[in-house]
Amino acid sequence: MIAMGGPAAEKEFVSVVRDKTVVADGVVTLELGRPDGSPLPPWRPGAHVDLILDRGLVRQYSLCGDPADLSAYRVGVLREPAGRGGSAYVHDTLAVGDRVLTRGPRNHFALDDAPSYLFVAGGIGITPLLPMIVEADTRNSRWSLLYGGRTRRSMAFLDVLERYGDRVLVHPQDTSGLLDLRGFVAGCTNGTLVYGCGPEPMLAALEDACGVRAREILRVERFSPKEEVHTGGDGAFDVVLARSGLTVKVGPGQTVLERVEAAGVNVLSSCQEGTCGTCETDVLEGTPDHRDSLLTEDERAEGTTMMICVSRCLGERLVLDL
Amino acid sequence: MTDPAPVLDDDPFSDDFLADPYPRHERIRDAGPVVRLSRYGIWASARHEQVFAALTDWRTFSSASGVGLADFRKEKPWRVPSLLLEADPPGHTQVREVMAQVLSPRRVRGLRERFAPVADELVSDLVERGSFDAVRDLAEVFPLRVFPDAVGLPEEGREHLLRYGDMAFNGFGPRNDLFGRAMADAEQVQAWITAACRRENLAAGGLGRDIWAFADTGTITQEQAAMLVRSLLSAGVDTTVYAIGNALAALTAHPGQWARLHDDPTLAKHAFEEAIRYESPVQTFFRTTTRTTDLGGVWIGPGEKILLFLGAANRDPRKWENPHTLEITRRAAGHVGFGMGVHGCVGQQIARLEGDVVLSALAERAATLTPTAAPVLRPNNTLRGFSSAPIQVDKATVRRR
Ligand code: HEM
Ligand code: FES
Repeated sequence: MIAMGGPAAEKEFVSVVRDKTVVADGVVTLELGRPDGSPLPPWRPGAHVDLILDRGLVRQYSLCGDPADLSAYRVGVLREPAGRGGSAYVHDTLAVGDRVLTRGPRNHFALDDAPSYLFVAGGIGITPLLPMIVEADTRNSRWSLLYGGRTRRSMAFLDVLERYGDRVLVHPQDTSGLLDLRGFVAGCTNGTLVYGCGPEPMLAALEDACGVRAREILRVERFSPKEEVHTGGDGAFDVVLARSGLTVKVGPGQTVLERVEAAGVNVLSSCQEGTCGTCETDVLEGTPDHRDSLLTEDERAEGTTMMICVSRCLGERLVLDL
Repeated sequence: MTDPAPVLDDDPFSDDFLADPYPRHERIRDAGPVVRLSRYGIWASARHEQVFAALTDWRTFSSASGVGLADFRKEKPWRVPSLLLEADPPGHTQVREVMAQVLSPRRVRGLRERFAPVADELVSDLVERGSFDAVRDLAEVFPLRVFPDAVGLPEEGREHLLRYGDMAFNGFGPRNDLFGRAMADAEQVQAWITAACRRENLAAGGLGRDIWAFADTGTITQEQAAMLVRSLLSAGVDTTVYAIGNALAALTAHPGQWARLHDDPTLAKHAFEEAIRYESPVQTFFRTTTRTTDLGGVWIGPGEKILLFLGAANRDPRKWENPHTLEITRRAAGHVGFGMGVHGCVGQQIARLEGDVVLSALAERAATLTPTAAPVLRPNNTLRGFSSAPIQVDKATVRRR
């Protein structure tokens, strides 16, 4: 069972798979309802739920259906070859009629009021944006969507998007190349909000394209399923130093930096308090528990880099590029 | 119980002292943790422990009265005080936050791919030549090729940058000849700098415009934005010129260390770090006490100026083994060459990036560095470094990458 969960007050309930449909290459949608048909908790565009899958794997999926219809939640699931089993389970094993423990909904990606919106989706990142588009459209806000994917066949919901005509720019990479994010974002007028969801490199490029205004105008959600982990605490963990071929233990009250140095690996550091950036180190595996005051929210979520003088590990093991 | 502080009559800004500071540092360190310098009626410390303690206690050791010899409460500063360097929290905190975001790790990572090819090209041309001046042809050239572009400065007039840095860093000392000479065409230089800090003169996509973007959102005022750009220009150019020059001179003087670096160019960033410790580009900064305090057993009253010898702290044998030798694989962490605490250099990752790309490019290509003449000192009231360091290099035989 799931020992560590979200906030205690969070609703956890059983839902039943009412429908499972392949909507694009490698993408299925699930419809989930209550076993007794009673209404589900309400939600707003941008919300996601946790599905607790086989062997306690927790995966987060954005709701992509109609918020007005509380008889079922709709989620889109991409088969991820490199995934850690959750998506393969949904694709290969989960069947109509199966029960799934569900938690949420939760919303970290709410659609704020704005006179106009730019939406940017990469692949399965389209899912949270679909209900946003419906809402922006019914509010009569100005909006447009730039939707990229590997190939047209891999891009879900193109049929649904067709009715919006040229507000939707569909860019399969194999025929249209990389997204021109700079060009698209250049269309920002005063008050425009940019909502993006997709793979990390796309989000990084989008943030880049927004430049220093990113903090204000850009809202992003990472669709990639993140393993749920213990948060906080000063517990012990292992650090594998990939290039040196060493493993060090970091105990409570010790820092990664001091243990790495004690192992004889020379790393640069200065402030030892997470404010100067000198000890920044690439993370190859594992999830850092960031405690510095330099990395952006996105970089924290991305978890590919950390300040080893203060930051620790969410979990039991980190592999560092040292 | 506290001890009386020894009184010394050294002038740390005299030609003799600047020409050969290290034995003098040693005398000051050995005299005591904190001393009085009678010429200027100020306190000073050259020991690591006390310098570090003062840098990391802004409540007691304030920057707002100036981080040079001049006490802003008594003397009019020669320029409008910096919002960062010459300010205390809480005012300092917010603008520092803006600057830290502008120079964020992500931003600096992005600069690497622009800086590295420039270093590669410049260095490979010099190595082809066989002999060149490590300062004039490399240390002074490289930062000016990359940094003004990164900031987005106008092409025209960039030579004013070094002049301005010269003014700023001599300006922390007394009004001596060095200061007088640096200020010779101050008006013209300051006019260029002031103009360069304006939004309309900064290219889109540069660090300067990034600062201005915070004015657009109301996080800082327009005046503050211009002042922060000025901070980049005064603190970001000469420092790196001196640092790269010093690193090259130090590595030339330590052929065994160069051999190690040539053998493993990934040590470049460690070599640069150690060079900052060994021959610290920024030698001194001042603080002013806000209250009576005990520093190293010496009582200092409120409102007193204290000179912190960063370069001497970085060679304090109480802290460092073999402090007067360059050892590129030493743990240099804890040196105060970039300061420490709330004013710790906000541009240090850019500085490290510049040092790393230059030293690794040269380490890849040059098997040996041999001096062809002694380095020539470029005296400055705050900075230590050279105006010339002619060297000859042996080109490496083809290396695997
Ligand atoms: C190797 C080159 C450099 C050295 C040795 C150096 C050294 C220092 C030192 C010692 C301080 C602390 C001042 C104090 O405690 O009062 C400092 C602060 C500062 N540095 Fe650097 N610096 C270098 C490069 C840079 C660069 C490249 C930039 C800009 C991109 C920069 C911008 C600043 C600024 C704005 C401050 C003031 C920070 C504050 O007061 O909060 N520096 N630097
Ligand atoms: S040493 Fe400064 S951030 Fe880690």
